[in-house]
Amino acid sequence: MKAIQMRICSNQQVSDRYWHMKVDASELNADVQPGQFFQLRCGHDIHPLLRRPFSIYRINRMERTLEFLYLVKGAGTQRLTLMQAGEYVDVFGPLGTPFVLQDDWETILLLARGVGIATLAALAQDAAEKGVQAVAILSARSRNDLLAAETLQGFGAQVLHVTDEEQTSGVEQVRGLLDSLLQQNRIDAAFTCGSKRLSRLLQDVTRKHAIPAQIALEEHMGCAMGVCFACVCDVKEGDHLKTVRVCKEGPVFPLEKVVL
Amino acid sequence: MTELDLQVKIGSLTLANPVMPASGAFGEDMEAVIDFNLLGAVVPKSITKHPRKGNATPRVCETAAGMMNSIGIQSKGIHYYLEHVIPYYRRYQTPLISSISADSIEEFVEMTAIIAGTEGVAALELNISCPNLKGNGAAFGMDAQLTRELIREVRQVTDKPLIAKLTPNVTSIQEIALAAEEGGADGLNVANTILAMAIDVHTRKPRIGNILGGLSGPAVKPIIVRMIYQVHQVSSLPIIGCGGVMNGEDAIEMILAGASAVQIGTASFVQPTAMLDILEEIKQYMVQYGITDIQSLVGQVAVGKHNLEGC
Ligand SMILES: Cc1cc2nc3c(=O)[nH]c(=O)nc-3n(C[C@H](O)[C@H](O)[C@H](O)COP(=O)(O)OP(=O)(O)OC[C@H]3O[C@@H](n4cnc5c(N)ncnc54)[C@H](O)[C@@H]3O)c2cc1C
Ligand SMILES: Cc1cc2nc3c(=O)[nH]c(=O)nc-3n(C[C@H](O)[C@H](O)[C@H](O)COP(=O)(O)O)c2cc1C
Ligand code: FES
Repeated sequence: MKAIQMRICSNQQVSDRYWHMKVDASELNADVQPGQFFQLRCGHDIHPLLRRPFSIYRINRMERTLEFLYLVKGAGTQRLTLMQAGEYVDVFGPLGTPFVLQDDWETILLLARGVGIATLAALAQDAAEKGVQAVAILSARSRNDLLAAETLQGFGAQVLHVTDEEQTSGVEQVRGLLDSLLQQNRIDAAFTCGSKRLSRLLQDVTRKHAIPAQIALEEHMGCAMGVCFACVCDVKEGDHLKTVRVCKEGPVFPLEKVVL
Repeated sequence: MTELDLQVKIGSLTLANPVMPASGAFGEDMEAVIDFNLLGAVVPKSITKHPRKGNATPRVCETAAGMMNSIGIQSKGIHYYLEHVIPYYRRYQTPLISSISADSIEEFVEMTAIIAGTEGVAALELNISCPNLKGNGAAFGMDAQLTRELIREVRQVTDKPLIAKLTPNVTSIQEIALAAEEGGADGLNVANTILAMAIDVHTRKPRIGNILGGLSGPAVKPIIVRMIYQVHQVSSLPIIGCGGVMNGEDAIEMILAGASAVQIGTASFVQPTAMLDILEEIKQYMVQYGITDIQSLVGQVAVGKHNLEGC
């Protein structure tokens, strides 16, 4: 991990609330894996002060670029939208542990809510490269927010969507969808990001079907290097609870261990 | 070019330079981004006697030009510290300053005796800014009498340099600084975080899990500079300035106010190499103004003879 000034190739609005940034990562001499994240400085001033964590959305190894997909939320992400192609952004990483994708898996299931898709898209890309089929359920507020659906389809993934707008995104409805998917396909592993409610649901469903599952968690961060203990969460180790750091031991954890 | 003398003395301890991390914002994992051998000292997170879980999340939030934290001294306890942390830092030539946090005077004494007696510990920083259970949650450092007594007791069990980390959440920092000096401290850290609160107006909830937290970062620097200046007026002990140092000029500002060294916390979160960048900027300043000995700058703010009490 290293802080590097990366040249912005493009930074564009892709829907009402989402933006997409591509940066030149040719000076990064570390391999980047799906599930890992970077800490971006949003601007060059004292405000916003702290870096903001963003998952890796796409890794273009040949082209040596990285892509981020971000939701405009507060001061940091608003400032990020002002950065233009040709400018430099201070990027620290790669940080955290990646998803584990086993070579012998044939089909994986992705369950993402909102910007959680930014994290799972890189995994879908990796799966496609390894010849693993991906089935994705994307949940969002509105159809307009389902922006990564096409990217995923581009990787050959089968994509289903549910939205609040169409009243199809309730937990019980998604449970029905998951159950029928699991009946129709042999799913070797499941992955989720972006919603506590859906993660609890997936925890329940994958436990019942004895399918291994992984989750990428989010927590407010200070250092992102494992030294400040700002970003903790609880995981079950056998019978007892253990407090771990999302930036260091995570952000990817085995779903069955996480206390949601 | 003339050699720059960056050495700092705190009691019997000599540091190669005045830049070191602030406790809680530094740890072993940072070795991936900076060479610890280049620092004046290493100061790991405060250690408690028993393992502690820490507070609810979110434990940090950002405020204007600052951040608040309520980590709650998450700690693995003294056994882990003795078996793992101290031996880890022995591989570096940089002196290790152990920060201790305890709930009672007896516990401070007990922990000091054990830690100061361990090979590889160069000095101790007493975090007297944490709540004292016997004092109804008030920090030791909020009470001059308790501060004096605590340091006097701890002084009995070690000859190693003792640094008292003061809390800024007091009416008179001078009074507490003098109490620490009378108790037998070798140095003063000015200061820990400033008690603060932030509310999300949309959800109407406090922005950190613990409701109240400690403010750090650039927002607090003018307050800390004032406190360093005030403490330097009354105490002859070396002062370590801590709070809002983001660059070399901030460090020089604290030195001019009366600090002999500085600690860096929040800046390392913004820029992982901040401590080494700051050290370089201090050197550049010295070269620019023809200063060869950093200690010649301590307390050299040009105030003339102002009357502090006039208002
Ligand atoms: C490992 C990880 C990966 C992430 N990946 C992405 C991504 O790919 N795309 C994306 O849009 N968002 C992602 N997020 C969430 C993103 O970091 C926050 O939305 C962003 O920090 C908000 O900043 P802000 O200044 O706009 O909002 P504000 O609400 O003004 O932020 C204020 C403070 O709260 C923190 N914060 C706010 N929301 C979150 C959150 N959900 N998680 C953690 N910290 C938060 C900020 O970092 C900042 O310190 C990720 C978070 C983590 C922890
Ligand atoms: C996340 C975090 C954790 C901290 N933990 C401790 C601690 O364990 N012991 C302590 O004495 N101070 C602790 N502090 C306070 C710092 O050591 C320092 O006094 C404060 O952050 C001000 O310096 P800064 O503005 O350079 O960050 C902590 C600060 C932060 C931001
Ligand atoms: S953000 Fe500091 S330990 Fe994770």
